[in-house]
Amino acid sequence: MAKTLRETIKETLRSHLKKKIGKVYGQCLNAVDWIEGTVPSLKEKDGLIDLSMADVANGGIVVGAGLIEKPIYIIRFQGLNWFNAPIIINYACKSKEIWNIPCPIFIRSIGMEGSIGPVTGSSHHSIYFRMPGIKIVSPMTPNEYRKAYDYFIKNEDVLYLSEHSKSYNNSKELTDKLEKNTDVIIFAISITRFQAYKIKNYFKKLDIKISIANIFWIKPFKIKRKWLETLKNSKFDGLLLDDDYVDGTAKALAYELTKKTKKNVRVLGLEDRSAGFSRSKDNLSPNFERIRKEVYKIIKK
Amino acid sequence: MNYRLNVFKKASLCRNFELSTSDHINSGKIYVPTYVSTGQEFISSSLSIISKTKKIKPLLFGQHRCHSIYLSFGGKIDYLIDELLGRDTGINKGFSGSASVGNSKINMYGHDGLMGSNGPIGVGACFASKKPTIIFLGDAAVEEDYVLGAMGWASKKKLPLIFVIEDNNFSIATEKAVRRNWEIKDIAKSFKIKAFDIKDCPLEIKYKSKYFFKQPILLNIFTNRINEHRGGESLKKNKYDRYLIEMKKIGKKATIIDQKFKKLIEKLWQKRLEKR
Ligand SMILES: Cc1ncc(C[n+]2csc(CCOP(=O)(O)OP(=O)(O)O)c2C)c(N)n1
Repeated sequence: MAKTLRETIKETLRSHLKKKIGKVYGQCLNAVDWIEGTVPSLKEKDGLIDLSMADVANGGIVVGAGLIEKPIYIIRFQGLNWFNAPIIINYACKSKEIWNIPCPIFIRSIGMEGSIGPVTGSSHHSIYFRMPGIKIVSPMTPNEYRKAYDYFIKNEDVLYLSEHSKSYNNSKELTDKLEKNTDVIIFAISITRFQAYKIKNYFKKLDIKISIANIFWIKPFKIKRKWLETLKNSKFDGLLLDDDYVDGTAKALAYELTKKTKKNVRVLGLEDRSAGFSRSKDNLSPNFERIRKEVYKIIKK
Repeated sequence: MNYRLNVFKKASLCRNFELSTSDHINSGKIYVPTYVSTGQEFISSSLSIISKTKKIKPLLFGQHRCHSIYLSFGGKIDYLIDELLGRDTGINKGFSGSASVGNSKINMYGHDGLMGSNGPIGVGACFASKKPTIIFLGDAAVEEDYVLGAMGWASKKKLPLIFVIEDNNFSIATEKAVRRNWEIKDIAKSFKIKAFDIKDCPLEIKYKSKYFFKQPILLNIFTNRINEHRGGESLKKNKYDRYLIEMKKIGKKATIIDQKFKKLIEKLWQKRLEKR
């Protein structure tokens, strides 16, 4: 049976520690299941380092480690980056440029969703996106995870992985679906990529052609030539889906696509409001219904 | 006496460098915000001599007032001059200015401008490398919550590092008594870190060196910043000048050393300024 993303992550961490490339840092790591079963059951002597609850300091401690080794840093909920990011962004991301001292960190930042409130819900890669010196990917498949780790090992960058716990059971690779005479092309990030396929199938039955471009590299935004061709030739606007608020990554990427094609690209992400815990107050990544409605707006039906 | 003299040599280099720096701030040749350490030289000077005697090359994490750290631990003078002049030939190619100087040759990591960030960063580097580490913080920077968080963790992990608090009583121009009703020595002790209040006298620093680089220790060192927070102007209400005190104690030899460095530094500045 093919490996799930969860198993791939766990294996990656185990091998990283075994090869002594760097330690793995985070909070409450000893409660292995707390991190959704993605952390091997190891101890401090193996390099699994439990930090205290001091999140801002912890971000800095891992930066210090990055000056010496290649650490992996696990941030249990992406929203905790509000406290963890400051020293990473302002030091690690600039260290090579300013002082010629690389400070590589592999940041495993985990997105979650569903009745978990305003901080622990959804993805927050936009916190990092606007700053120089950071690389951002969002792996949703085992191969993508391996690709991300491989990049980290071969380079000296701070690499932010916008993970999503709902992808951890996935073992399939997600490939682009680019139709020749497409009606709409969807560019999807993170967990929204799974919805994009459902949308494609739904509209197929109605004879409406939807193409799918899977965004793995968020920063730098790696745009495939074929995406641009498909967007240029599409009958209607493009649509970009994100699991974060749209005033950040989503709009910036849409702008890049528009600039290159002169084609309008709309964005759909979290709604511009706080999330609550109850189902009625939650603020989730665009679900099937929201995307379906947006596509109808685009094709004006 | 040898120790005292060696420390004085370092301090004299720093003092004369900073006096020239102030002149060039005032003349407008230095246009980047500049933080001179005039009056505080004996802290890094003493620590550099002690480290050398112990044959230790510690990891150094300073903050914005960092010229003395750089010079005491062997950073090249002309590179710092060029950096202050905003040149590409500066130690960090014009990136760091006065406040963020870093130099891997002397294990000195630059500062990012967020006061106190060097606390956790130094702790992390010490943890990952297990190398002796010195973290220099001001009496204000040490108030940052993340410094305290990192201090607690350093204690738990028994790291071989020194938290050096350069306690000049000021955060810009706000005195300690306005900002807090606690002392960092007490906080450190509550974290189970050996902690001392001492003066910036080289001998007092040396007395504590038996505790260095074994487990975390904190030295809150009272010192007197002679200049304004930023720029070349001297403060009016100077308390004391450690440099003059040491000079008096050492005697004629100190005067000779002082004159030697004065000439050397002036010449170096002149040379760099002529090189356009
Ligand atoms: C996080 C942060 N807060 C505030 C400032 C503004 N600031 C710069 S220096 C300074 C005072 C620092 O005082 P201290 O740490 O005692 O060092 P000193 O200047 O006395 O050497 C302040 C408040 C800053 N740069 N970073």
